[in-house]
Amino acid sequence: MTDKRVSFSGLLLPAALLAPQLAVTAVFFLWPASQAVYQSLLRQDAFGLSVTFVGLDNFVRLFEDSSYLSSVQVTIVFSAATAILSMSAALLFAVAADRVLRGSTAYKTLLIWPYAVAPVLAGVLWWLMFNPSIGIIAYILRGLGISWNHVLDGDQAMILIIVAASWKQVSYNFVFFLAGLQSIPRSLIEAAAIDGAGPVKRFFTVTLPLLSPTSFFLAVVNLVYAFFDTFGIVHATTNGGPGTATTILVYKVFKDGFIGLNLGSSAAQSVILMLFVIALTIIQFRFIERRVHY
Amino acid sequence: MAEVSLAQVRKIYPGGFEAVKTVDLAIEDGSLCVLVGPSGCGKSTLLRMIAGLETVTEGTVTIGGLPVNDREPAERDIAMVFQSYALYPHMSVYDNMAYGLRNRRTAKPEIERRVREAAGLLDIEAMLARKPRQLSGGQRQRVAMGRAIVREPKVFLFDEPLSNLDAKLRVQMRIELKRLQRKLGTTSIYVTHDQLEAMTLADQLVVMNAGRIEQIGTAMEVYEKPATTFVASFIGSPPMNLIPAASDENGQYFGETGSRILRLRSSAERIVVGVRPEDIHLGEAHPGEATEPDSVAFTVEVSGVEPIGAESLVHGHTGQGHDLTIRVPGYAEFGAGRKLMAHASPKTLHFFDAGNGRRID
Repeated sequence: MTDKRVSFSGLLLPAALLAPQLAVTAVFFLWPASQAVYQSLLRQDAFGLSVTFVGLDNFVRLFEDSSYLSSVQVTIVFSAATAILSMSAALLFAVAADRVLRGSTAYKTLLIWPYAVAPVLAGVLWWLMFNPSIGIIAYILRGLGISWNHVLDGDQAMILIIVAASWKQVSYNFVFFLAGLQSIPRSLIEAAAIDGAGPVKRFFTVTLPLLSPTSFFLAVVNLVYAFFDTFGIVHATTNGGPGTATTILVYKVFKDGFIGLNLGSSAAQSVILMLFVIALTIIQFRFIERRVHY
Repeated sequence: MAEVSLAQVRKIYPGGFEAVKTVDLAIEDGSLCVLVGPSGCGKSTLLRMIAGLETVTEGTVTIGGLPVNDREPAERDIAMVFQSYALYPHMSVYDNMAYGLRNRRTAKPEIERRVREAAGLLDIEAMLARKPRQLSGGQRQRVAMGRAIVREPKVFLFDEPLSNLDAKLRVQMRIELKRLQRKLGTTSIYVTHDQLEAMTLADQLVVMNAGRIEQIGTAMEVYEKPATTFVASFIGSPPMNLIPAASDENGQYFGETGSRILRLRSSAERIVVGVRPEDIHLGEAHPGEATEPDSVAFTVEVSGVEPIGAESLVHGHTGQGHDLTIRVPGYAEFGAGRKLMAHASPKTLHFFDAGNGRRID
């Protein structure tokens, strides 16, 4: 590739061109992030009258706090289950859509719709369907002999938010998987068919390995989604309960900071989440960008 | 080892497009049959029907005496080499070649033996551990062939396997492919749009056009006696000159020259006279003086000359404006607009019915 970079003679023009982007980054990202870091090193009394510098004490306390550690566990279960469920469902739909000849546009359009639904609405939607007294799914489950009450049962509450969160993300994954599937040359599948591999074997030995760059990318995106974008779903359905059964880390930041008014601890939790995102971003850039594209 | 035969085979796509129009073809055991034709003539569709990648709308495909219409590609005991090679990019060369055998539950030592043997035959032993992307085009092509060879199938199918290679490599691989096919003695069907490739490879040459078979024969039969004007213009480079001529009770006029060719007996009123560029000889015009007894003489106005090394191609047109190409040895230097006298022996002329394009003997 030839070098197509434009070189500027002075500093003024490039600086002016960069300024808007840098200003947005500084005001909306760097400043709040630095505030969080600063807050995480302080401790306020219950009435907000005195503020003391406590160093890393907020962090030390967090890792000694069993409720925080259980929230970490809840988050891991929730995000892993959400990522796996939404990705496998999306892959299934994409494989089906890839074969559809008639009405494929309508099918694809309909599948993409849930992505436009706000997390809170997605939560409410599933909450209604699973509602123990009026929900259709709860009614069907009762018919099957399963007593459904996510208000009382922690595991059921977890299933509810996993389903709601996955449902919303299926669309996004579907689009990427479909694009990935369509970029696999047909001759490869035909060669495998001649080589004696049946449809299932073809899928697992040829299609799936060729989708691995897509799958890896989606795994990272889905984890970030499950960690951060699912606040609305939790807030609208379970409020982190029953007990702390569905208190994922982001929800705990909100609960401790805005309800518990423990700003120092909340800020420390935010900083930890921030580090997690940074780590994921680095992984994504290092591995995905460099990954060999077939 | 098996013979392949197609009986009344048709292919009509769901949209109603008839890609293959009632084809009959018998391919002998161990021979190399080349299907050649312009793009869209149905040759690839025909090959894919034999492979089982396309359904057969009508007729029967038989491999080794067994009708295979309803069999999956995997159950037909065929191996195919694709134009794009279709190597599995995530597998090593070894695994690419072993994949088909593993799917058929061949014993491990047997897989090892066959892969090593094929790799030796194709000179790719040093690359067995590499991934396809680390190989050059020619090497990938060899791996694709190796993948077909290890299977030891009844029939090899080649879908334009050399068209992604550069010209020099293509010639080399062509020779190698022919040698390999002879050595293995496996019935092979080869699709190409390159008439030169077709002629050099084929034991049996099948020229196709618009979903129909125009002619079946050996390369030289097809070259020397093209059955239709399409075959005449498709096989041979540069193609045969085709000049319309009129017929009356005294015989045929050839161009504007007044030469009559009386030996022709045909009811066709309008005919096409074909003459290969190498069968036209140049001679300066000397009115009233025939350069060769019985030869057909005509004038050519030069429009351009293409020197291609050992010979030159002189392009021009007859007095009536029909385009002509003449192949002359060495370097010919004629300016545009120069009028030349040319002649051809009647023995080298081909005649076709202008109505249906068929050969008249």
